Amino acid sequence: MNALLAEYLPIMVFLGIAIGITLVMLVASRLVAAQNPDPEKVSAYECGFEAFDDARSKFDVRFYLVAILFIIFDLEVAFLFPWAISLKDIGLYGFWSMMSFLGILTVGFIYEWKKGALEWE
Amino acid sequence: MICWNGLEPMVDFWQDYALPGAIIVAKIVAIIIPLLIAVAYLTYAERKVLAVMQLRRGPNVVGPFGLLQPLADGLKLFMKETIVPAGASRALFIMAPMLTFILAMLAWAVIPVDAGWVLSDINVGVLYLFAISSLGVYGIIIAGWASNSKYAFLGALRSAAQMVSYEVSIGLVIITVLLCVGSLNLSRIVEAQKTVWFVIPLLPMFVIYFISALAETNRSPFDLPEGESELVGGYFTEYSSMTFALFFLGEYANMILMSAMGAILFLGGWLPPFDIAPFNWVPGPIWFALKICFVLFGFLWVRATFPRFRYDQLMRLGWKVFLPFSLFYVVLVAGVLVAFDWLPTP
Repeated sequence: MNALLAEYLPIMVFLGIAIGITLVMLVASRLVAAQNPDPEKVSAYECGFEAFDDARSKFDVRFYLVAILFIIFDLEVAFLFPWAISLKDIGLYGFWSMMSFLGILTVGFIYEWKKGALEWE
Repeated sequence: MICWNGLEPMVDFWQDYALPGAIIVAKIVAIIIPLLIAVAYLTYAERKVLAVMQLRRGPNVVGPFGLLQPLADGLKLFMKETIVPAGASRALFIMAPMLTFILAMLAWAVIPVDAGWVLSDINVGVLYLFAISSLGVYGIIIAGWASNSKYAFLGALRSAAQMVSYEVSIGLVIITVLLCVGSLNLSRIVEAQKTVWFVIPLLPMFVIYFISALAETNRSPFDLPEGESELVGGYFTEYSSMTFALFFLGEYANMILMSAMGAILFLGGWLPPFDIAPFNWVPGPIWFALKICFVLFGFLWVRATFPRFRYDQLMRLGWKVFLPFSLFYVVLVAGVLVAFDWLPTP
């Protein structure tokens, strides 16, 4: 517990200092600079047009698809991390287990490629 | 005796808490200040390098050779009005740039500058870096959402999709390096390159890493999220003053971080190129800084050279080229290491 604390305490202190610095920068600028907002200034920028409609509208479903694909492959990477570290200990059995896993994943990858999930037209 | 009893806890307090605490704070200051100076002068270097490549002079008015230009720019941003759009979610709007900047600094806690010169030499250094750089997406998504502006929203969507796409290949690239090291500790990764830098056996992975790092930091030629001609400023269209400056600093700090990671994973960190007389006289941190500058110069050179990618090309490159290739290379490296029994002893 103590060794763990000694390793991670500096990171926590760092986090505190980083938060402090950003707050000081924002607040100091806010205090020093003149602030006089008017309705035109605080309206959303739309290249000179009057801002119409809410910006939080529907968007392309492909972004959602990319996010799902990312989850699959990022999980795979997370799964590979411990495997890569301990490959010496788990030997050939571990190696071939991961290869079969990657094989199944590759089949899925080929499927989504053929289905056109990776196309941006 | 009374005096003795009163002093004992005081001495304990000083030795157990105050002194180590002061050392930690001093180390953190010794990271943050050079980092901020490096960020400031990276913007200057970028303008100078671009200028030279386009046969211009670049900034040369403020101070000798324009060296005070970054400070003048910073001061200008500091003196500007902080505008929060009327339709924005105020708290999130302010939080997004803070998050970006804090994460960009926090990652430096585990970067080893020389043998033992690191704030926190944690066991899982690579995972920590990977986690922190993944969190960077939140700053952008929150900014795009909170601004309630169409440009910011579209820019944030594009940027997030682009960053997650290339993060997968960066993850696989890191796996190939880990296979050759057998440890997640960054100092161990550097020490494993004593005989040969990983850039030589893993050259294709270094190329993929470099290109993915460009996409990950939204740099040209992958700067679509802030493609001026279509999306104005992308996710930070609505930001001004210090909120903008924090995004800007965070982005450049991330560039330096990506270069530092490249130097640690592939270019042997603080190690000299050859362990012979004139090279090993130079101290490690200087080698490390030189390698970071080398990679950063690559970032700037690419910006001066290549036109911007189209979005479908960018996605195609990430998912259809880099992902299969780096997955194949992971299998290849693992296969070679297992077949010839070259696996590192943990």
